[in-house]
Amino acid sequence: MRETTAGRWVRRVALTLIGIFTLLPVLIILDTSVKPLSEVQNTFSWVPKHITLDAYVQMWQTVPLAHYFLNSIIVSVCSAAISVVLATLGAYAVSRFAFAGRRLFSFAVLSTQMFPGILFLLPLYLIFINLQRYLGVPLSGSLFGLIITYLTFALPFSIWMLIGFFDTIPRELEEAALVDGTTRWGALWRIVLPVARPGIIAVAIFAYMTAWGEVLFASVLTTESTRTLAIGLQEYATRDVTDWNQIMAASVVVSVPVVAGFLAVQRFLIRGLTAGAVK
Amino acid sequence: MANLVTDDDRRTRLPRLSPARGTKPGWWQNPKVMPFLLVAPAVFFELLVHIVPMVAGVVMAFYHLTVYTIRNWSNAPFAGLANFRVSVDISGPVGRGLLDSFLVTVPYTLLVLAFSWVIATAAAVFLSVEFKGRSLLRSLFLLPYALPAFVGIMTWTFMFQKDSGAINHLLVDDLHVLHSGPFWLIGSHAFWAMVVTSVWKTWPFAFIMLLAAVQGVPDELYEAAVMDGAGMVRQFWSITLPQIRQTNLIVVLIVGIGTFNDFNTPFVMFGSAPPKSAEPISMYIYSNAFGQWNFGLGSAMSVLLLVFLAIISFVYLRSTRTGTEAVDA
Repeated sequence: MRETTAGRWVRRVALTLIGIFTLLPVLIILDTSVKPLSEVQNTFSWVPKHITLDAYVQMWQTVPLAHYFLNSIIVSVCSAAISVVLATLGAYAVSRFAFAGRRLFSFAVLSTQMFPGILFLLPLYLIFINLQRYLGVPLSGSLFGLIITYLTFALPFSIWMLIGFFDTIPRELEEAALVDGTTRWGALWRIVLPVARPGIIAVAIFAYMTAWGEVLFASVLTTESTRTLAIGLQEYATRDVTDWNQIMAASVVVSVPVVAGFLAVQRFLIRGLTAGAVK
Repeated sequence: MANLVTDDDRRTRLPRLSPARGTKPGWWQNPKVMPFLLVAPAVFFELLVHIVPMVAGVVMAFYHLTVYTIRNWSNAPFAGLANFRVSVDISGPVGRGLLDSFLVTVPYTLLVLAFSWVIATAAAVFLSVEFKGRSLLRSLFLLPYALPAFVGIMTWTFMFQKDSGAINHLLVDDLHVLHSGPFWLIGSHAFWAMVVTSVWKTWPFAFIMLLAAVQGVPDELYEAAVMDGAGMVRQFWSITLPQIRQTNLIVVLIVGIGTFNDFNTPFVMFGSAPPKSAEPISMYIYSNAFGQWNFGLGSAMSVLLLVFLAIISFVYLRSTRTGTEAVDA
């Protein structure tokens, strides 16, 4: 678009307003996390009168934050790792082979993304309880059940995105390798995967973010000992006194791993997100 | 010996689609078998977590599945359409509640969609112009998307506190818009607190999609428009909007469905008992199923929700597709 002088000022005003709206909560998280409790309970002030790191120390005692942290890390890392492997294999099949059910597969996987979570939460919960009863595998209330659930949440987007990535890798590369005596499997492993690495890392971080932030299923499928951060953080608010400074300090610590990951791969993630929608 | 060419030798000299040196490829590398093996694990987990529960959910909707029968489904009495009848009977408390939550969900979805779209479009259009600090601003705008949803929602909950929150401080002490700060998280105000929070965490996704679309609009179109004397507003309406139509349609669908099913915002803000004005449909189903332990009823409501969304999506896609064809022709 060609910008006029008036247009430039409209742009500056609009972007400033959007920026304030977007960043205000982020600033409040940081700002509140360094305030003492007494100050947080009183009327709000933009600038902390005393700066203290007490909240960052106390938050580990108020609720078993470290324990929830560990749960979240286990669940997110495992589900991201498994989902990346499954997505890579599935996307490679769709990108490189013509097989019966290929279109059905890509369509069905994508459409599960649209289903309301509440719709399959109830039956999944009951299926887990009953599988547990007959097979003796703990699923409901265990980290294992949560990992299985979460790994499917990132699958549709991951498969979709990796198909796009694989399609841009020339088939001639693999065909040359096949002629030289590599197996199909070897071609995938040694030729396609190294080239698609940025996409695969982006997909892994997306899956990690998905698991890290999920609330609905975690609220039903976890118990006190398997609680993840998404549910555990709310415990601060259920006490007599809400230690908002500790909640905000915990929010900082909880957000850093995912925000850093997101910023590192945002270019690839954005490319993947928009590839399907923008022709 | 060397001049005797056997069949075996000739075969090895052909282009080797299969490995010639060493072992023959296993049956699993047969191109007829391999794709199925590759998709099998993904299909297995999709079936386990999505497809089978979905089918089971539909079946459950026809049974009286309560806390007494939950551990042994075969004992659950068949309910026929009873669960559905209770769900849509607006003279009964359950049906009335479902209708109320539906009447919260619809304006909630429309408002969040409208505000998110306007902010996202404005940001996308203004960030498609080159200027200093543009890429930094783009990254900052994506922060609400990158932050875990529950962190953002809890922060807004804090900001909406009556006495210690930032919103009332801003409105009363800084801008002097109000004389005294209201309770934002109780009564009908809770609805607006939920809308603001949801817009904040939703618009960056629409922005990601729209930015790519806006940047994809060919520059020549604008050049031609400027020659014809079109101002910025005119360029936006006549060039940008029609050019990003396809992306708009997808963004509206994805954001619309996502917001309609939103559970995180009310649940993290208000816990399992939100004020009536802030109880959207998925929250209502959740509390009926897990609060009352009535799974048959919860499933029937979920099925109704799915049918409703499917019809809306179908109508939406149908009506917009004919629109696209008319534009293309």
